Amino acid sequence: MRLPCPICGARDRREFTYRGAAVALERPDAEAGPEAWDDYVHNRDNPAGVTRDLWYHEQGCAAWIVVTRNTATHEVLGSILASEARRAGSAS
Amino acid sequence: MVDLKPKTPCAGLVPLRVGPLSLLEDAPGHMTAIAPYLGQDAALSEALKAAHGMAAPGVGRMSGTRGARALWFGQRMILLIGPAPDAGLVKFAALSDQSDGWAVLRLEGQGAGDVLARMTPLDLRPTQFKRGHTARSDCAHMPASITRLGEDAFQIMVFRSMAATLVHELKIAMGRVVALQ
Repeated sequence: MRLPCPICGARDRREFTYRGAAVALERPDAEAGPEAWDDYVHNRDNPAGVTRDLWYHEQGCAAWIVVTRNTATHEVLGSILASEARRAGSAS
Repeated sequence: MVDLKPKTPCAGLVPLRVGPLSLLEDAPGHMTAIAPYLGQDAALSEALKAAHGMAAPGVGRMSGTRGARALWFGQRMILLIGPAPDAGLVKFAALSDQSDGWAVLRLEGQGAGDVLARMTPLDLRPTQFKRGHTARSDCAHMPASITRLGEDAFQIMVFRSMAATLVHELKIAMGRVVALQ
């Protein structure tokens, strides 16, 4: 499996560390209430299809990236820097 | 007063010669990590050029010449190798001294690429990884910086604490590659 790092290009999976769903980029406001925090901390979708995950290019350039991939076909659809994903507010 | 002798990271481990391959240590005077402040990349590059004679390298590239090199070293990070950093650089970037922190090895000779291919998942084909190209990657499960210096010459850097492990792994791989030649 190769993942496309936005900085380094296509690299072997073993250079990356998996974090989990990219929902981690959407931290709720401190006053958001228990339901929003419950979703943020505990509740995850388990999609059979396109999903967005956070990966850390630990053995490479040290960037956090959001990788879009398809869990049903194993197709890797693309990636962007986590900092950009957060700025774009599209980390859902 | 005890007089301590400086010891390079690979002292006593290299040079190693196996067939046409050799593994040597480069012990540069200074190594400085340079992290440009946001929006200061162009100004830093100008300052580097004025002070040390080379522009900031692009992603995955090395600039400068032997003795004074600037190596792309990760996301928004450059490693200045050789000279002590000019004091003026602090206006544009955060500097941190890495001298003695990294082991710098040079693997040379026919089959050097085949040796590295046993250790790293990088695509090292000459069409993809040319002279002056550099990458941060995995080398025998250690975080490394790998740079092509020539057709059959590579620079491999790992943390100083991993120097002996890297030399050990390279020695085994060199023997296996030479055995097949």
